[in-house]
Amino acid sequence: MAEATSSVADPDTSVPEYPMARSEGCPFDPPPGLYDLQRSGPLERVRLWDGTAPWLVTRYADQRALLADPRVSADVTRPGYPSPSAVPEDGNRVGFILMDDPEHARLRRMVTAPFTVKRVAAMRPAVQRIVDGLIEDMLAGPKPADLVEAFALPVPSLVICELLGVPYSDHDFFQSESRTVIKRDATPEDRGAALRRLGEYLHGLVGRKLAAPQDDLLSGLAERVQAEELTRQEAAQIGVLLLIAGHETTANMIALGTLTLLEHPDQLARLRDEDDPALVFRAVEELLRYLNITHNGRRRVALEDIEVAGQVVRAGEGLILPNDIANRDEEAFPDPDRLDLDRDARHHVAFGFGVHQCLGQSLARMELSVVYSTLYRRIPTLRLAEDVQRLPFKHDGSVYGVHELPVTW
Amino acid sequence: MKVTVDQDTCVASGQCVMAAEDVFDQRDEDGIAVVLEPEPSPERAADVRQAAAVCPALAIAVQE
Repeated sequence: MAEATSSVADPDTSVPEYPMARSEGCPFDPPPGLYDLQRSGPLERVRLWDGTAPWLVTRYADQRALLADPRVSADVTRPGYPSPSAVPEDGNRVGFILMDDPEHARLRRMVTAPFTVKRVAAMRPAVQRIVDGLIEDMLAGPKPADLVEAFALPVPSLVICELLGVPYSDHDFFQSESRTVIKRDATPEDRGAALRRLGEYLHGLVGRKLAAPQDDLLSGLAERVQAEELTRQEAAQIGVLLLIAGHETTANMIALGTLTLLEHPDQLARLRDEDDPALVFRAVEELLRYLNITHNGRRRVALEDIEVAGQVVRAGEGLILPNDIANRDEEAFPDPDRLDLDRDARHHVAFGFGVHQCLGQSLARMELSVVYSTLYRRIPTLRLAEDVQRLPFKHDGSVYGVHELPVTW
Repeated sequence: MKVTVDQDTCVASGQCVMAAEDVFDQRDEDGIAVVLEPEPSPERAADVRQAAAVCPALAIAVQE
């Protein structure tokens, strides 16, 4: 752990630490401490790893208002930004998610085209083939099987590789580097080194696309490098961002979503027995809301004084907005701790809110829709091969999930 | 009901297309939203309001 470096540390020791631990036996619920803070007020101070004490914003309406507010910055290099860990020395900004407009919008718009609802819908048959094939392979192999390794990770990895134009044969390399990048307790040196290796890898790939363009996203970026709209370094950083975001998140929604449904057998039975696309649609949104796997909180810093529910956040103060607890706010979702596939949960903030809202959300929704409508119908006897209490949950990552999910059928 | 999209603030999330695909579309080149039906019929009103409510960039203006 790094030494405390901040000059704005709050001496009050009653300030709770963030991130917080989940309650044992409630692996699908946010930490109890977050519920306490949501009840106690709209803005509460929390203590971070470096001793600083930014504001924690827990309520749904306040989070949406702040995340959409242009007076709030996502720029990791600004003083007061509540960083989840030490920033690597070389200041690698992992693409545009840690930048503000207009620079953010300029870069983001270069890669939005393949993620439109229409383009994603056109990819659905190919995703269905990938899903069907992986299920066949798993059924033909030994049981119990690890659903993460056999299915949850390869589905989005194959899809994002195809979309970006990254050779899937390199998946051992980029999956293990990605895991280091999103590990909560990775040292800044390890995280920086993993980001550098991924950056060099993508830099090389962009070079190959420059020489021999294909019909994929990296070739599109290479074209912009050629046209001098983008540096090769920026193109590689965008590639790193999309590669990590494209497989880590969806993989965890597949594995953790399946575990959640196995623990709610009445609801899994409906997905298995009712051939109803509207039910699948609702299930995707409800599981996104209920699980909200990005459990490190969105991080921002105020550029001006901003009033939040009668209190004032001062310019330069850090803000943490954990979407997991906002998605359990009963003002927005009645009976919020109940998983209910009949709920209309479309207004959840699992993809964030504001200009940084997940770029790949349509792709994620489509992949999850194919998976949730196929896996349980194709393997109706699917069940856990390990006690749920003994499963290795990803308390150590900025994306929540299970490291392994032993299943049998 | 009248509906407009501010294309400068739109972030191409596609949420409006998901909520009301006959009223909104996305540009092929960058996913920015376009309005197909600037004066949607009353039976589309609820979906259009939903689209405006979930737009992460607050780029959709609805005039009832």
